[in-house]
Amino acid sequence: MRNLWIFISRYNAFFLFIIFFTVGIYLTVKNNSYQRSVTLNSTNQIVGTAYERLNVFKRYLNLGMVNDSLAAENAKLKSQLLSLTTIDTAKDVNVVDTVTNQDYTYLAAKVIKNSITLRNNVMTINKGSIDGIKSGMAVIAPQKGVVGFIRDVSEHLATIQSLLHKDTKISVTLKKNNALGSLVWGDGNFDIKKAFIKEVPNHIKMYVGDTVVTSGFASFPKGILVGRISKPNVATNDNFLSGEVNLFTDFSTLQYVYVVKYKKAEEQKALESAIKPNE
Amino acid sequence: MNSRIIIVNVIRWFLLLFVQIFLLKNMGFYDLSTPFIYVLFLLLLPFGIPNILLYLLAFGTGLTLDAFYDTMGVHATACVVLAFVRISFISISLNRDAIDDPEPSLSYMGFQWFSLYAFLCVISHHLVLFFLETFRLTEMGYTLMRCGLSCIFTLLIILLVEFIFYRRTPR
Repeated sequence: MRNLWIFISRYNAFFLFIIFFTVGIYLTVKNNSYQRSVTLNSTNQIVGTAYERLNVFKRYLNLGMVNDSLAAENAKLKSQLLSLTTIDTAKDVNVVDTVTNQDYTYLAAKVIKNSITLRNNVMTINKGSIDGIKSGMAVIAPQKGVVGFIRDVSEHLATIQSLLHKDTKISVTLKKNNALGSLVWGDGNFDIKKAFIKEVPNHIKMYVGDTVVTSGFASFPKGILVGRISKPNVATNDNFLSGEVNLFTDFSTLQYVYVVKYKKAEEQKALESAIKPNE
Repeated sequence: MNSRIIIVNVIRWFLLLFVQIFLLKNMGFYDLSTPFIYVLFLLLLPFGIPNILLYLLAFGTGLTLDAFYDTMGVHATACVVLAFVRISFISISLNRDAIDDPEPSLSYMGFQWFSLYAFLCVISHHLVLFFLETFRLTEMGYTLMRCGLSCIFTLLIILLVEFIFYRRTPR
């Protein structure tokens, strides 16, 4: 402390200079409009540029939140779109309540674990029973393409048995002639971009580029785009045709999925279970 | 003796500020060269003055000038810089203990020392003054020219005044 005091008093000229100089500059800037405007402008410019730079990083950090909100909005819009398209325009009746007409609603979910390299692939999403997710619900990809079915549900999470699984079978049709088939994956093919359409009746003609959509018979809504035929008319031993399908879904980059809630799922299940297997 | 120094300096202060404010303020060559003779008061303060008093006087003189020039703080800052240069130059060029002259004037210190002393003090004062007044670096050349020409003008007048009041004293 004493040394510091000696140091300051020895170089008192310099310290006094600093004090008086600061006061002088302060007076100058405070009391002269031109100098003040220049100072303010330049500091504003510096501060502004700094904030701009900072904002770039901030925006990047907020991307997750933005994505979430966009996905939620998308889900809302999709359900609205569906409610509009499900209005039966053929009948000459006024549909007053369009919402009750809507069988499917979409729920956006984030993929928090994904696998594509295994024989039977399962992914995990961040929505669970608390969000109304039940086992067996269909899952589709954000732009186009199918993902799979909900398999197990916990309170906040759920697992999806993806299309890349030996037990997954999705009922699909060819868009141009509504010919039924089932979409499966595997069977010696482990390319995540390809699946097979099987059990297509023999008389149906498939061509390269035919669009495959969901049939709407299972928990998927009708008309969800699945893929395009890349290798048609592969004959099998039975009375059915097979074809190779290029999937629209890119499982390797999947970050968000939509869980499709089918309102009448339980009703349909109950009704159908009344039919005895050997009837 | 002591009171005599104070009276001389007070008279000098009033005289120089009077000349500066009422005569030289209205002078100037094409807005390029404006003399600031009042710094002579700060140059001629006695050697023994404490630093804090020197700074206070410099700041006060600058503020007085600012009041008349409507440039609050500009002259005060320039004068503080001048005070710092004065202290530094004196402590470097002279042996602090061996100073027996009362004030750093031409009569006591000789032409060579005084002219260098005046030049350094005046140029630093003017540099700060003009750059604070312009407050931007884009007109650097013009500001430097104004500064240099004003410096020459001021130095000429300072030397003139010093020669007018030159007293041959035994050195």
